[in-house]
Formats: sequence, structure tokens, C-alpha cells
Amino acid sequence: MKFGVVVFPGSNCDYDTYYVLKEILNQPTFFLWHKDHDLKGVDCVILPGGFSYGDYLRSGAIARFSPLMEEIIEFAQKGGLVLGICNGFQILLEAGLLEGAMLRNKKLKFLCQTISIRVENNKIPFTREARPGQVLRIPIAHFDGNYYAPPEILDKLKKNDQIIFRYCTETGEINEEANVNGSIENIAGISNTSGNVLGMMPHPERAAEALLGSCDGLIIFKSIINFQKSII
Amino acid sequence: MILEDLLREHNLTKYEYERIISLIGREPNLTELGIFSLMWSEHCSYKSSKIHLQKLPTSGPQIIQGPGENAGVVDIGDEMAIVFKIESHNHPSFIEPFQGAATGVGGILRDIFTMGARPIALLDSLRFGPLTVSKNRAIMEGVVSGISSYGNSVGVPTVGGETFFHPSYSHNPLVNVFCLGLVNKGKIFYARAGSPGNAVIYVGAKTGRDGIHGATMASAEFDSQVEKKRPNVQVGDPFMEKLLLEACLEVMDKGLIVGIQDMGAAGLTCSTTEIAAKSGTGIRINLDLVPQREEGMTPYEIMLSESQERMLLIARPENVPEIQKIFAKWDLDAVVIGEITDSQKLEVFFQGKKVVDVPVEAVVNLCPVYDRPSRKPENYDFLHHLDYNSLDQAQNFNEVLLSLISHPNIANKEWIFRQYDHMVQTNTVLLPGADAAVLRIKGSKKFLAMTLDGNGLYCYLDPRTGGKIAVAEACRNLACVGAKPLGITNCLNFGNPEKPEIMWQFSEVVTGMAEACRYFDVPVTGGNVSFYNETEGKPIIPTPVIGAVGLIEGLSQPCSPGFKNEGDLIILAGANKEELGGSLYLQIMFGLEKGWPPEIDLEAERKLHLFSIEAIRRNLVESAHDISEGGLAVALAECSFLSDKRFGFLVNLEDRIRPDALLFGETQSRIVFSLKKENFLAFAQLAAQKEVPIKIIGQVQGKRMLFYQSGNLLIDLKVEEAFDIWKNSLEKILSPF
Repeated sequence: MKFGVVVFPGSNCDYDTYYVLKEILNQPTFFLWHKDHDLKGVDCVILPGGFSYGDYLRSGAIARFSPLMEEIIEFAQKGGLVLGICNGFQILLEAGLLEGAMLRNKKLKFLCQTISIRVENNKIPFTREARPGQVLRIPIAHFDGNYYAPPEILDKLKKNDQIIFRYCTETGEINEEANVNGSIENIAGISNTSGNVLGMMPHPERAAEALLGSCDGLIIFKSIINFQKSII
Repeated sequence: MILEDLLREHNLTKYEYERIISLIGREPNLTELGIFSLMWSEHCSYKSSKIHLQKLPTSGPQIIQGPGENAGVVDIGDEMAIVFKIESHNHPSFIEPFQGAATGVGGILRDIFTMGARPIALLDSLRFGPLTVSKNRAIMEGVVSGISSYGNSVGVPTVGGETFFHPSYSHNPLVNVFCLGLVNKGKIFYARAGSPGNAVIYVGAKTGRDGIHGATMASAEFDSQVEKKRPNVQVGDPFMEKLLLEACLEVMDKGLIVGIQDMGAAGLTCSTTEIAAKSGTGIRINLDLVPQREEGMTPYEIMLSESQERMLLIARPENVPEIQKIFAKWDLDAVVIGEITDSQKLEVFFQGKKVVDVPVEAVVNLCPVYDRPSRKPENYDFLHHLDYNSLDQAQNFNEVLLSLISHPNIANKEWIFRQYDHMVQTNTVLLPGADAAVLRIKGSKKFLAMTLDGNGLYCYLDPRTGGKIAVAEACRNLACVGAKPLGITNCLNFGNPEKPEIMWQFSEVVTGMAEACRYFDVPVTGGNVSFYNETEGKPIIPTPVIGAVGLIEGLSQPCSPGFKNEGDLIILAGANKEELGGSLYLQIMFGLEKGWPPEIDLEAERKLHLFSIEAIRRNLVESAHDISEGGLAVALAECSFLSDKRFGFLVNLEDRIRPDALLFGETQSRIVFSLKKENFLAFAQLAAQKEVPIKIIGQVQGKRMLFYQSGNLLIDLKVEEAFDIWKNSLEKILSPF
């Protein structure tokens, strides 16, 4: 399984993601420079967290114009696997690969903490190793993670099972208290209709070693790897 | 008359002006005067502190670079080294809290990556006035947001620090920022010019009019007109910093440069003259080539600007194209603005004319050094009149404990550190809140521990003892996670050194620190002095902040403060004494800032550190926590709060001292351990061998916190209820809705 981690100016979780894939999961992994037009033949593209272009205009709003995004959009449209984490999720929204938008967190503060998310759909390539309704402990670190979608899009997301993760309590309850950033219907991650593009605010690469507190993030990366094996 | 005004504006004395004339053999022009005023400011020259700082030990087998460079460098084995430093950004943070704090982070990051190291951790030591005052809340909100916005964006985790509140910081908040980086031993860079003919390359952001006179501003007291100084505060651009960091590390990694210097305080002036002075060369630059953000800037403005996110590189001319290619990849300018010469002078050209021509040695190294008069404050003896018999014993110790744990000095700081990305780079093993922050080093079995510490009130009551305790407590924090100290950096925050009482405090604190450093065999690798922390003549309490860094080897994970298992024994190492002077208990319950601070026996302290490190190394203990502000009762409560399962405890002590002193006294050299019963024998043998007094004081049990003295129940609280108060009190004050 070949992974590509995109480096935008201002990406700062690029190396963390690379480390998990390369050093912990022993997968061939490459950095993809945003100015290139080359996906280096990877099977899965990851847009990592960070502050692309400083997030000065709107999170992800400038990165979507990076040259490499043309190839990424084409790759996604052909069914290639694309995972956007945090800022990567924001970029996917700006690029139109996913629907909806991000607002500032409800308390208007940056939030860095380990939270719980519930797997709402374990049928897509990114979650197939998770049990239905499994609760994952994964850190978040963002200012603009308050997901919003207008009613018609929300209906569509629900109808097509595109809501992949929801913020929940440690026991898996979905309530307002667990909804740390104020996202509509506690949404923490969504996919496109065909399930090959996933955007999520929590950072699975930060939950990949027991020493750092949680290994639950590995479920997502292992799902991708096993999905690839299953189709070969 | 005009000259006097000019000198006042530049914060130079008549004596200093005359010295400039004799050094350069003529009267300086305005630009040259500006250059001297910056480099001879207290902030850049350390003219009042130098003779005292010489007392600090700075060498050791592990030290690769002591004070004098952008940051100290320490060997950690396996061809790796760490680079760390602490700096203050107090004055700008008072005038413009968000940008002041943000640019403080930016500046210390550049100090670290200038050495070739990738920054891997930030810590902050913050001091504010009481949060009951809305202005103080606003300052704190601004400072925390500024640190958060800058550090998060650059992608360097803020992994710890400390925050204290005291009325003396109301008009003078302290923002001390610490950064640590990791570097391959063979790839450390310094501010060096190499040989004449080398190119001087300007990289990073364009120069604007911001921050002119920042360093001189930081070298004077504030008056009621302080608001007018807002334009002197620089504005930070963390995105630019991130690009600069990546580009600089790339050219250093490829060995394309000879030397590098950050344009921090004193901007182009400081970087050009220091690089030349350190190599005994001259430097010639052409200001017309300097990338500028605004039109019509004068040489004076260009040389004195403190625009952020700029660096000066020195390279052989043949490497310039390759360097420019790398910077272009990161969309950054890299412009050759001059060259290294053999003139030993700084020569600056502007529109074809030479506008500056001064010897670099005079600018950098010949500032007068002052041995300023010092005198014990008049009220010093009065401060120590404290009659314990006049203090009524509290009737309800439960309430006292709750007041202490809800006090902002002790309450959980999650409201702050939740705003910091403390996990990026995926190395953070102990999250903020532990005795010390701990990071693993990828690709090795080592951990780095770091902590910031300093108790201003102790220093106010007895500066020498306070200085010793600051070092002792920082090292004790390291010992509690199992780390052996490697070195310390310090940020010394004081009032106006021209006042003999302040100078006395400074001299005493440094003497105390020096004694403790020698005792613990921990060298000082550098630091920063921040004087003139006064507004309208009211100084802050003397506040040295110690940043200590230690190494953990041979462990699969560090020790943490929370209780781990029901039934574990609770052990107190160290002795209880009847000491209440300088305690938070006296401040909160009696409104008293009096008495002698706790005594410190450096020998007992040293033995305790060695014992703790060894006990942890042998896997004998489950948890360890330092006893500090709030005393034994607060330390035990924190062990419960930081326990994943929120275990309670039952302890009983037989000491025949006042119960309030037993509970809340801040006697030094004490650590609370918890351990499995089967490890007690080995633990006790080790304690005997290391000559550390220990006693079993109780055990981890249930969901209540029970504290007895000779069978009398003093405290009985439910862990969960107390935990909620401790956890939420800061949030309630700062985000009530």
C-alpha cells in the first residue's frame, strides 16, 4: 500500500502522519509537494493537519488552489482514496470534494484535547476495521472545527450514510456536552457519496502509540491498508 | 539641550555618549547613535547584570555551548544534542498582550532554529495580576491567545509551563517563553562570519517600521503614558516563521551556510554587528538592497526596525544560487545585501552614501559595565515579623483546602493548555499538569523532561533563599518524573536596577541560584535578564524563572504524579516542619505576605533528587509528586485529581506541629510517592542507603480524601467533588458562559 502525504506551506502534521505510516505501520510512504503535479503513483493521498498558508483567509481556502490539488481532485473522482485530517478536512471542503463548511468552535477558542468519537458507518474503506458504533479516543486540535451543513445537504449526508464519525461521550452517547466544538449533529467526520474521500477533524496519527495515550487512530490506517489488500 | 533630549529618547546617559565619542573618535550621526542605543541597552548589553551573572556555573562535561550564543547546547549522547533557552517578552505583552506574547514565541523559536535545531517543545511561565480585575483577565486572555495562535500555527507543541497570580504583576505581567530543539551534534550552527568576501544574505519577511526601539523600550520603566508605546510592539506572522524555519533548516542541513543570526531584538543592527564581532571581521551592507515593506524608510529606521521573522545568513558566494533556490521553493526572499570584510567595522551604505562607519567591537563589546549600588530594602526586617500565635487556627480545614485548590495559583490550568496544541509532533508523553513535561525522542529510548519554576514571593521575603529554592524546585520536578538534570536556563525578572533595593534583590537571588546550581552540579547554559519591570514606580516582586531540562534513560515510560492502584502505600520522603512564612495559605486565609520563606537544606535536597531518580529507575514507585505551593494537603489532593481513576487516600501523620502547618506549610525537600506494598522493602533500603528520611503515611484507597493528624480527622472530602472545583474554577472565572 503506497501512501502519499501532501505538504502544503504551513502543514505541520505532515511528518507525524508520515511517521505513523512509515515507521509504525511499515508502509511505503512519500511526501507530495504541493507545487508538483505528481502523485508518485500512490494508492492513498492524505492531506495532513496544520495551518496551510497560515489559514489567514479561511482555513483551507488558499491550499485548494495549490497545483497538486488538480491531480488530487482527478484522483478522487476516479475513486482513489483521499483522507483529509483537520486542516486537510477543511481543504477538502474548500475544494468541493466534500460538502459543508467549518465555523469557529462554539466557545471561540482553539481546542486541543483527547475526545471520543463514535463510528457511525464502518462500511467505507477508512473504517472497515471498526465495529459498528465503536467509540474511539482520538485527540483534536483545531480552531475551526464547528462543522455546518444546510438542511438539504445534511439530509443527503444522512440518507447516504456519509456521516462517518460523531463526537460522543466516553460511553458512546451523542449529546451536547460531548459536542466540544458545536458541530451540527455532533459531526466529526464525513465522506463523499462513494466513500472514497473522508474528512475528519480528530487526528488519528496522534493516537497510534500506547505511550502517547491511545492506539485507536491505527484502526483508520489499518482499515485503509486492509481495504487495499482486499481488492488486490 | 537638544542633545539631552536626544539622549533621553535613546535611553543613553551623558557618560555613555561621551564614551561613544571616544570610541569612534567623533560625534555619532543619528543612525549611529540609534545603533549604539540599541546595542548598549540593558536588554542587549546586560550592563547592570553582567558582573553578577558571572557567579553562575556554566561548564560541565555535557555542555557543548554555554551562554553567549543564541541558545545553550547540551550533549545527550548518541550524536544528538539539545538546544534550549528562555526569554522574556514582558513589556510588549503588557502593551499589546496578543502580539507581545505571539512575537515572544516567534523570537525564542528563531533563537533555537538559528542553531540548526528543530524546535520540539515550548513552555511558558506566565504571571498576571489577580483575575478579579477585568484588565488582568483581558491581558491573560490576550497572552494565552497570542501564544496559542503562534505556537499552534508553527507546529511546535506547547507542552507545559506555569501560571501564577499576584497583585504586583497587575501593571507588569510576565511572559517568559522557553523553547527546546533537537539537533544532530555535527550540524550545530553559530553566529559566524567566516572569511572576508563571504556574502551577507537577508532572508524572511520584509522590513517595516514596526518595533523600532523595542529593546530600549524593554530597558525602561513604564509610566501612565504606556499606551502610547503600542506602535513599538512588533506584529507576528507564524506562517512566515514556519516557512523560514523549514528553509533555514534545509540550507543548514545541506551545509550551504557558514553562519546565521536571528534578527530579533535590535534587528539588522544586532545581527550584523554580532556576527562580525564574534569572528573578528567587519561587515558591509547596502540598505537599498534590504527588502522593505514601506516606502521612504530612513537608514535609522531600517537599522533599528524589529520586524519579525527575519534572519541573516552568511555564505560563501558560490553557494548563494543554491540557497536562493531553496528559499524560492518556500516562496521566500533571499537577498544578498552585503559582504564580510576585514575592516572590523560596520559600514552601512544608503543611496550611494556611507551612513554608518563604526567599529563592531565598540558596538558589541565595549558598552560600560556597571556595578550598581545595592542596599537591603528598609522594610526588610519588618517583613519577617510574623507571630504564629497571632494566627487563629482555621476551624474547617475542608474549606481551607477547597479555597486553595480553587485559587488560580493551584487550580487546574486546562483552560490555558487546552488552547495550546500540546501534542503536535507526537512526542508528548506527559501532558501539561505533571511535575515536568516529558517528551520521547523518536528513534531512541530516551526521554527529555523540562520544567519552569520560580516563586516570586519567596524571593521577595528572602531573595537568596528564594533563588536557591527556585533551582531546587525545578530540579525536584525533574526528579519526580525520573529525570537527571542536564542544565538550566533562567529568566530573571526584576524592577529597576538603578534602585539599590532592586539591585540587592537581584544580586542575592543570583547568589542563591549559583549556590544551588553548584550543589546540584547543574550548569547554566544561558538565559535572559528582564529589568525595569515597574510601572509608575511600583516594581514586581523579584521573579527568577528557572527552566530545567533533564534526561530519562532506561525506562519504558516516565513516572507521573497521579495515584495508580487501590491499596498502594503512600510514602512521604523528607521531613515536615512548622513553616508557614511565604505560603499561599497565609496569603489566602490571612492576607499576609510575611515571615521567612521555607528553609532549604541543599544537601538534603540533593540526596532526595538522587533517591527519587534511582527509585523510579528501579521501577519501585507508581507515582511521585513534589510538595510545593499549598503544601502536603494540596500535593496529596493533586495525586488524586491526576489519577485516572480518581483514587482517594487515607493518611495519618504523627508530627506534633500546628495542623495548618502540617497541611499547608510549604517546607522544602519533600516528595509524595505511592508504591506497591511488595516494593516497600527495596524502596526503604534504597532510602536508607541514600540517606533520605521516609515514612509510610497512609494508602491509596476509596473515593475520599482523608487526612488525620495523630488520629484527629482534619480533612474529609469526596475526591469527585473536590476534583470538579479544582478542574473548573479557572474556567468559571475566565469563560463564565
